[in-house]
Amino acid sequence: MASILVLFAHPALEKSRVHRRLLDAAAGLPGVYVHDLYEAYPDFDIDVRREQELLLTHPVILLQYPLYWYSTPAILKQWQDLVLEHGWAYGRAGTRLRGKRLQVVTSAGGGAQAYQPGGFNAHPVTDFLFPVEQTARLCGMEWLPPYVVLGSHRMELPEIDAAAAAYRRHLEQLRDTLPVPAEAP
Amino acid sequence: MIIGPFGLHLVGQEGADVMHVAEFGVVMMLFLVGLELEPALLWRLRAPILGLGGLQVVGTAAVLGGIALLLGLPFPAAVAVGLTLSMSSTAIVLQMLGEKGLMKTAAGQSSFAVLLFQDLAVIPMLALFPLLAPAGAVAVAEHGSWADGLPAWGKTLVVLGAVAGVVALGRFAVRPALRAVARTGLRELFTAAALLLVIGIALLMQSVGLSPALGTFLAGVVLADSEYRHELEADIEPFKGLLLGLFFIAVGASIDFRLIAERPGTIVGLVGLVLVAKLLVLAALARVFRLSTDQGLLLAFALPQVGEFAFVLLAFAASLGVLGVEVTGPLVAVTALSMAVTPLLMVAYERLIAPRVIAGRGEERAADAIDDQAGVIICGFGRFGNTVGRLLRANGHPAVVLDNDSDRVELLRRMGLKVFYGDATRLDLLTAAGAHQARVIILALDSPEKNLELARLVQQHFPHLTVLARATDRPDTYELMDLGLTHIYRDTLDTSLRVGVDALRLLGMRAYAAHRAAQVFRKYDEAALTELAATRRDRSAYISLARDRIAALEALLQSDRGEFSDGQDRGWDPEGVREESRAGGLRPS
Repeated sequence: MASILVLFAHPALEKSRVHRRLLDAAAGLPGVYVHDLYEAYPDFDIDVRREQELLLTHPVILLQYPLYWYSTPAILKQWQDLVLEHGWAYGRAGTRLRGKRLQVVTSAGGGAQAYQPGGFNAHPVTDFLFPVEQTARLCGMEWLPPYVVLGSHRMELPEIDAAAAAYRRHLEQLRDTLPVPAEAP
Repeated sequence: MIIGPFGLHLVGQEGADVMHVAEFGVVMMLFLVGLELEPALLWRLRAPILGLGGLQVVGTAAVLGGIALLLGLPFPAAVAVGLTLSMSSTAIVLQMLGEKGLMKTAAGQSSFAVLLFQDLAVIPMLALFPLLAPAGAVAVAEHGSWADGLPAWGKTLVVLGAVAGVVALGRFAVRPALRAVARTGLRELFTAAALLLVIGIALLMQSVGLSPALGTFLAGVVLADSEYRHELEADIEPFKGLLLGLFFIAVGASIDFRLIAERPGTIVGLVGLVLVAKLLVLAALARVFRLSTDQGLLLAFALPQVGEFAFVLLAFAASLGVLGVEVTGPLVAVTALSMAVTPLLMVAYERLIAPRVIAGRGEERAADAIDDQAGVIICGFGRFGNTVGRLLRANGHPAVVLDNDSDRVELLRRMGLKVFYGDATRLDLLTAAGAHQARVIILALDSPEKNLELARLVQQHFPHLTVLARATDRPDTYELMDLGLTHIYRDTLDTSLRVGVDALRLLGMRAYAAHRAAQVFRKYDEAALTELAATRRDRSAYISLARDRIAALEALLQSDRGEFSDGQDRGWDPEGVREESRAGGLRPS
């Protein structure tokens, strides 16, 4: 059984340069299950039970998406709203995600200079991920430092390929250094 | 009736001529009926046609023939009378059921089967009648046929030969000829050819002493599976309507009032006798063939009149000397009167019988007693209305449902749905359904014409209702748009788009991209429809606009597929911002 769940969200993958290659790097890797949300739910009609089941059976959850207006693509918001139910993911009885590890894998067009005080976007990328981070904390999940690919606008093919290879290594490392699951789901 | 030769003499001696012209209406109608009869349909309906139709003819002929025998007619004459009176009027009944939208009900289908068998049975009857002629009787030539001099078996042979001739001609000569005509591309020429075909066959049949109606019916059947079927239908249809109207007037005009005036009791008694006998036979057969009570009664009330073929058969029998004028005269009057009362019988069924029968099932009374009034009324509960109704009901808005297929109504009621029987285009029924209090009405009838009629009725009498109308194709969408309706739903659009989306996915397109493409397509198509509606009377402008719109839509969707997008969903396309950022940053200058 796969130990890493990649929840992937990109509304127009056919136009993507970076995420298409990142996704190719992740797909087919043993121990990694890629779940393409826009492909599974083109009408946004998310199957909540199935999504919860996937969360329960994977100790590590990755949210992979391009940063759109400092936030997630629409379907990932829909996913959060519907899947992370009160009494299941959070609240007094909502303990099902406790102890799992969450990591955001994202890309942004601007480079490191743009994402700093005084830069074009005035804040580091991690600031813009704060809502997701707090969501993870509220659900009792361990927040891993985000994996960010910056400057995608100026990347040429060889650089993208290098980023994809690095991502693959990152996934392998994450998979191989997993602590033994505390309890079987 | 009143203007006829036996009435005011407004139409005097030429009444017979009018009748001859008008008979062509029947001829054309039978050609069209024939055209409708694809072999596949015949095969599908074989059980009701042969079973129900056959038993109807045999049963009715036996009963009425028996009565004729009791009244003192010789055996051959009684057989001829029985067979003749077993006919029902295809022209009247199909028209009537079609107008009321009842053709698809069990009774409608059964009626069609019975009428079809009767129309077909005329052929052997015409072949049989010469054999019934008393030996040595002098045949009175009606149409001056050359076959008159032949002995009885010879005539039978001629009849069968002529039928075979028409079939062969239709198969091997007419189709290539039509193909040649169609290739010229002149619509008028095709119309002329179609008329020539019908009239030619009619004259040919007449010249061998056969019914022209029958000949053209056969020709229609032969051409039913040809590629020109719809073309022929469309061309003949207007002539049929005109001449058929004339025919019904001529039927009225040909009633010999002196005859009725001399023996009113006899004629009226005979009409009653014939109607009751046929009605009972039909009702009994409906029971045997397991139609529900109300559908069976509908069948019985639709078909008890004597049909137009009776005129043909009576004339033929008279010319052969099988029946004397003292018999055919009153029978012609009986036939015409029985046809005249048919609409009254239907009204009686709809208003008096059907509500009782359905009420008699121990549930609420139909039509006039709709107790719970809802905010929404659904007219027509076939596959379309059904889905709408279930969705509304599941969300706490049970609709008042009106449907005129009593079998369906009963089935749905057994499933616990509140469905009421009745023709939704009836004003009193809509009122009873609570149209004054409702907010929304959904027109989901199967027939586009009925939906349109209903839309007009609702606009006129219940202007406060929001109308949601089902449309089947573009022409009726336009008609509904002309009424100013804004909620119009082409009933296969969504399904086709879903099929398209799934096909695109199977061909490798991303699910969400396919989903968006269908959304764009749909929005464009609806917008183009509004534009096209305005130009549709100008054929060339319509076609060029339609072509423009199709091209524009394709260009839009294609541009969206490439790396560069100037069409849909540009927000997800990084190219523009990428370029700018590579050229020196996004800061406003």
